Amino acid sequence: MYATNYHRASSLSEAEQMLAAAEEGKLLSGGQTLIPTMKQRLAAPTDVVDLRHVAELKGISVSGGVVKIGAGTTHAEVAGSADIQSACPALAGLASHIGDPHVRHMGTIGGSIANNDPAADYPSAMLALNATIHTNKREIAADDFFVGMFETALGDDEIVTAVSFEAPDSAAYQKFPNPASRYAMAGVFVAKKGGTVRVGVTGAGSDGVYRASDMEQALSGSFSPDALDGVSVDPGGMLSDIHGTAEYRAHLVKVMAKRAVAAA
Amino acid sequence: MASISMTVNGRTVSGEAEDRTLLVEFLRSNLALTGTHVGCDTSQCGACVVHVDGKAVKSCTMLAAQASGSSVTTIEGLANGDVLHPVQKAFHENHGLQCGFCTPGMIMAAVDMIERHGGDLDEATVRSELEGNICRCTGYHNIVKSILAAAAEIGGARQAAE
Repeated sequence: MYATNYHRASSLSEAEQMLAAAEEGKLLSGGQTLIPTMKQRLAAPTDVVDLRHVAELKGISVSGGVVKIGAGTTHAEVAGSADIQSACPALAGLASHIGDPHVRHMGTIGGSIANNDPAADYPSAMLALNATIHTNKREIAADDFFVGMFETALGDDEIVTAVSFEAPDSAAYQKFPNPASRYAMAGVFVAKKGGTVRVGVTGAGSDGVYRASDMEQALSGSFSPDALDGVSVDPGGMLSDIHGTAEYRAHLVKVMAKRAVAAA
Repeated sequence: MASISMTVNGRTVSGEAEDRTLLVEFLRSNLALTGTHVGCDTSQCGACVVHVDGKAVKSCTMLAAQASGSSVTTIEGLANGDVLHPVQKAFHENHGLQCGFCTPGMIMAAVDMIERHGGDLDEATVRSELEGNICRCTGYHNIVKSILAAAAEIGGARQAAE
């Protein structure tokens, strides 16, 4: 790891100041991606601003069917939250299968979506749940937030503070983990709210997380796995690497989508 | 340089370290607590697992400065003098190790797992909970057996106390 300067913020405004004062600063939430990346010298921020002690970023609330999760909430906290388990068990289940127990004690929902790893689990849920991403500056619809691989709509001085969404009528997440890394090779989050079905796909698309609009259309007509029989997934938009070809991933997306609908 | 102070195994410690110093480096180099191992250095193997404020974390994936002010427990902090912690004893009795390199992390992960699940542990849960700990010798069989034995003992002791 290259040398860096560590700063611990105790409030959101202090974090903003620390980030503004840094030459090339990075926000450090759980650090479960950033620190390994810095160790490999793939990232070399001059300064890191630790957000773990910012109380404004913590906590889960469910009120009037709206779920709000502070950006600094860990995967273990989301997985173990009775409120989330009751309002959106699919999201609690998703959180309980990110990484491993030690990673889940540190990694946060805000960090995951701000990083927008193409194989991260949370972004697919944010899209499918039609979530709103709250920052220190504004509110951004998930549809506008995830721009591309490792790319979001966040500005350099913007900090994710929370995510919120209306609890779905039913939802489920199914992923096919890489047998070695356990990252999703295809992960599909399906959420139904009233007559609307939204489908978020992670791990597979060559441009990162995306909504499968043809699947959404088919499922809005009939919310059953069979409704996806006639939908074809184009390998043209899929990742292709040593772990799996584009054709393989396209096939996996459909299989995971069917499993998710069956489980929802 | 960061001024770091924390409680490690019940003892208040402090020291100076570069801001980029990892918690595992601070434990091993500054405090000479070499029971915590570095296996892969890529956040995958879990040989470096310690408890920070009661939660199992990978000490190779946390800066020492991040842990400043926290309470840390390492493998050295488990035994009570010559009396092994029930998880250590179970690994001993069930031959839960061969070369022993992964053992500190395995044991710290096991203690955390048993604390969270209590006596409800079954084999499938233990295997899935060991996702973040890699062993190249044992094929995990006796590690799982050790954890189940320790969970039964700790669960039984808890029941007896209630």
